[in-house]
Amino acid sequence: MSRVIIINLIRFVLLVFLQVFLLKNIALYNLSTPYLYILFILLLPFEIPNVLLFALAFILGLTIDAFYDTPGLHAASCVLLALVRILFISVTVQKDGFDNEPEPTLSIMGFRWFFSYALILTLFHHFFLFNLEVFRFSELEYTLTRFLLSSIFTVFLMLVSGLLFFRKKERK
Amino acid sequence: MRNLLIFITKYNAFFLFLIFEIASFIIYIKYNSFQKASFINSTAEVTGNLYARTDELKGYLSLRDVNDNLVRENARLRNQLKTSLYLDTAGKKRVIDTNYKQQYEYIAAKVINNSVNKRNNYITIDRGSNNGIAKGMGVITDAGVVGKVVFVGPHMAIVQSLLHKDTRFSAMLAAHKEIGYLEWGEDVDPHKGLLIDVSNNARPKIGEQVVTSDLSLFPAGIPLGKVSKLNAKGGGFFLNMEVALAVDFSKLQYVYVIVNRFAQEQAGLEAQEKKDE
Repeated sequence: MSRVIIINLIRFVLLVFLQVFLLKNIALYNLSTPYLYILFILLLPFEIPNVLLFALAFILGLTIDAFYDTPGLHAASCVLLALVRILFISVTVQKDGFDNEPEPTLSIMGFRWFFSYALILTLFHHFFLFNLEVFRFSELEYTLTRFLLSSIFTVFLMLVSGLLFFRKKERK
Repeated sequence: MRNLLIFITKYNAFFLFLIFEIASFIIYIKYNSFQKASFINSTAEVTGNLYARTDELKGYLSLRDVNDNLVRENARLRNQLKTSLYLDTAGKKRVIDTNYKQQYEYIAAKVINNSVNKRNNYITIDRGSNNGIAKGMGVITDAGVVGKVVFVGPHMAIVQSLLHKDTRFSAMLAAHKEIGYLEWGEDVDPHKGLLIDVSNNARPKIGEQVVTSDLSLFPAGIPLGKVSKLNAKGGGFFLNMEVALAVDFSKLQYVYVIVNRFAQEQAGLEAQEKKDE
């Protein structure tokens, strides 16, 4: 249990640093900006209570907001992401199928499941984020291109990081 | 009552979602307009410190560019020195000149946080009210106009960049003195601006300089960019044109904040005028 907490704590700090100091400066053609930090919410263990999940999502969003100078923007998107995560997992995974607190990682859940999981959650998060940031319809076309290209970039980075930390048989 | 509790526990995810979402929206709406959030933005101690630290690292990577710029500026300033000008009237008397009074002062500052790829971009600089910076001052580099100060902390200040949907500077065509407004283009390209509301009498040419006008908060004649395309959009009674911006915002390192010594006097007078009306 304490191992899970420590791993997630390290992941939190690592992803926030990565996002703020590296990915913030990356923008392909000014259209595609990755938001990899949401991987933290995606990789929280299945068994996490809803209260904790929402609280963590909120805190993560506020942390990113502090660096991006956009109070509330990322927090709102992250909270939405947490809700979509709960719905997605309740639809696709049986609750009693596992015994030793696994996490929804690429190595445990397989490529197909993880890909659709990452894709759907990223799409929801980015769509909400970009539209809330611009908050007007007149730039809809531009916002949608940004949203789609950024989602592709983010999912790509998630898959790369999933493969980087790929472990064949995870046992405890 | 019991049924209600059961209902809430059954759909607890949704109710938690509502609570947190409403909380974030309150924060978003309350603090996002006009950067009121003094505690959460990058003037705050923690994030500001971290940004300053990483910027120190990044500074090394662009030393060559910074040096080049400094050398160029040095050369330009040296050209203006009295010693490099040839005196053709011999035996001049030295007169203490009281006609000129310093109106503009420049405070050098370092950029510690910057963005160009958002819809509204802000720049954080490492000088604040302790160094004499106040809200509303203009900010330039050696290449041209950067933006204006919108939020000041004791050690840092936030500059609303030209790349912001609410930024508008009074500008003019350098050769014809035709006045218009410069704002950021709608396609959100950090190298392009729009010069709008220029009178129909103007005959601008491609490549013509666009500079700040006397009406702006900058000294007149500071470069903004060059006309790159005519009749960009709109039109009607006024001419609009695209401007290639003089400053490369993605490479900002050092900026100058302009202190207008007469700004208070001007603002006071104008306030009085409004009161009289």
